[in-house]
Amino acid sequence: MKKSKHEIKANTIPAFIMVGPVTLCMVLLVAIPLIYVAVMSFCSIDDYYNVVFKFTFANYERLVSLDYLKIYARSLVIALMTTVMCIIIGYPFAYIIARTKSRRKKLLYMLVIIPFWTNSLIRIYGWRTFLGTNGWINNLLQSLHIVNEPVDFLFHQGTTVLGMVYCLIPFMILPLYTAIEKLDGSLLEASSDLGAKPAATFFKIIFPLTSSGIFSGSIMVFIPCLGYFFVSDILGGGNTDMIGNLIERQFQSGNNWPLGAALSIILIVVTLLLVKLYQKLGGDMESLGV
Amino acid sequence: MKRQRKAKVKSGLSIVFCTLVYLFLFLPISVIVVNSFNATTSKPYLSWKGFTFDWYGELFQNGDLLSAFGNTMIIAVISTILATVIGTLGAVGMYKYKFKGKGIIDGLLYIPVVIPEIVLGISLLTIFSKVNIPRGMLTLILAHVTFCIPFVIFNVRARLAGYDNSIEEASMDLGANRLITFFRITLPTLAPGIAGGALLAFTLSIDDVIISYFVYGQTKTYPLKVMESIKSGVAPDVNALSTLILIATVVLVVLTQSDLLKKHKKD
Repeated sequence: MKKSKHEIKANTIPAFIMVGPVTLCMVLLVAIPLIYVAVMSFCSIDDYYNVVFKFTFANYERLVSLDYLKIYARSLVIALMTTVMCIIIGYPFAYIIARTKSRRKKLLYMLVIIPFWTNSLIRIYGWRTFLGTNGWINNLLQSLHIVNEPVDFLFHQGTTVLGMVYCLIPFMILPLYTAIEKLDGSLLEASSDLGAKPAATFFKIIFPLTSSGIFSGSIMVFIPCLGYFFVSDILGGGNTDMIGNLIERQFQSGNNWPLGAALSIILIVVTLLLVKLYQKLGGDMESLGV
Repeated sequence: MKRQRKAKVKSGLSIVFCTLVYLFLFLPISVIVVNSFNATTSKPYLSWKGFTFDWYGELFQNGDLLSAFGNTMIIAVISTILATVIGTLGAVGMYKYKFKGKGIIDGLLYIPVVIPEIVLGISLLTIFSKVNIPRGMLTLILAHVTFCIPFVIFNVRARLAGYDNSIEEASMDLGANRLITFFRITLPTLAPGIAGGALLAFTLSIDDVIISYFVYGQTKTYPLKVMESIKSGVAPDVNALSTLILIATVVLVVLTQSDLLKKHKKD
C-alpha cells in the first residue's frame, strides 16, 4: 500500500523531532570525530608539536618500529589471556548461579554487580595495596616468617592480567548468565537419560547452546582490554605498556596527536575485524549493548 | 548411595568455587573500606596505624574532593537526563518511521558500545580542540551523553520489541493527538525500558574515567580526582568517600529491589 503524499508530510515533522537529536549527536560526536582522527593520522606536526595539515605516511611508518610491534604483541597476549581467564572463571561461575535452585538466586546475581558501583580505579588501587611490597600479603607473609624479604608481586604481566580480569569479568559473566539461564533443563535430562556421559552432554548440548554468551562476552572483554591504560599503569607500573598506554601518552605528555591518531586507527581496525568475525559466528549485535 | 555422595561433593565444590569468585570480587573493596578507618597520616597511607573515624570528618573539610564529587553528580544527572530524552525519542522514532540513512545511524550507535573507550575519548578531544570548545563541564557532558545514548536506545528498543502499535492507533482514533498519545500511551508502556536505560547511563557516567580523562580541562570529576591521588597514594579520605558511596548504592538497591533479600518462593 502506497502512502499518500499528505500522510508522508504529516509524518515528517514528528519523525524529525524524534530522530533529529540522536542523529545530530551520533554524527557530530561519533562519526565526524572518528573521521577527523583518520584524517589526523596522515597529518604532520611542526617543531612545537602543533598539528599541521601536511599529508604524510610518516605516522604509519613509525607504527611498524620494533618497539611498537613488541607492545602490540604484548597487548594481544594480555587481552587474550584476560579473555581466556574470564571464560575459565566466568563460565562455571555463571553456570552455577544461573542454574542454582537456591532461593537467593537474585541476591547471588546482584553480588556480581555491586562491586562495580565502586570506582574502578580505586578498586584497582585496592589490588595494589593488597599485593604491594608493603601490602597486606607481604605483611602477613613476613609476620608469619614465611619470607624474610618482601615478595614483589606487582608490575608483571600477570598482575596486569589480574587487574584486567577483575575489571572486565562481569562483562563475561552477565551474557553467560543470560545464555545459561535460557537453557532448557529437560534437554540435559534427555541427554543423560539417553546415556550420554556428563562430558558428552556438555560438549554436545550445553556448550553449543550457550556459545552465544561466550562470543558476546569475549567481544566485551577483549576489545576494552586493549584500551584500559590505567590498569597497566597502576598494576603494571610501566613495565607492561599496552597499545592504550601508547595512545594515552601521545595525547597527553608526548603530545604527538597524529601519531596517537594512527595508533588509534589500529584499535579501530582490530575492533571492526573482531565485530565482523563475531557477526560471522552468528553473534547478535543487540546482545552487546545490554 | 554413591550417586548421592557424588552430587554432594559436586555441590560442595560449587559452593567453594563461587565463594572464591566472590572473594576475588570483594577483596579490593574490603581494602578500601578497611583503609578508610586507617589512622595513618604518612604517604602512601599503606601501613596500619590503628582504627579511627577521623577520615569521615576530614572528608567534609576536603573542598577539592567534595567539589569533584559534586561535578560527578552534576554531570551524571544532566547527561543521564539528556541521554534518556534523546535516546527514548530516537528509539521510538527509529521504530516507527522509515527514513533515509536509518541504517547508518543504527550502525553509528554500536560504535560507542564496542569501540575501546580511549578511541572515543581521543576522537572527542581532537574535535573539541579543532572547533575550539574549551574543555570543561560542557565537553564532559557532551562526551557522557555520547556514550550513554546507545545504552538507553538498546534498553528502550528491547521493550519496543513487544510493543503493540494498535493501542496508539486506538488512542488517536479516540481523538487524542500525537502529543497526548505519546505522553499517555507510549511513554508509560516503555517506562521499564527507559528506567533501565537511565540507570545504566547514570552508572556509566559516574564511573567513567577513560573518556573523561581526555576532555576534562579544569573540571575534575571524582574518578579523575582518584586518578590524580593514585600517584602519591590514595588518601584515606578518598577511601572514606568511596565507602560512603558504596553504602549509599547498596542501600538504594535494597530499597528499590525490596524482594532482593526476601527468599523467593519455590516454584
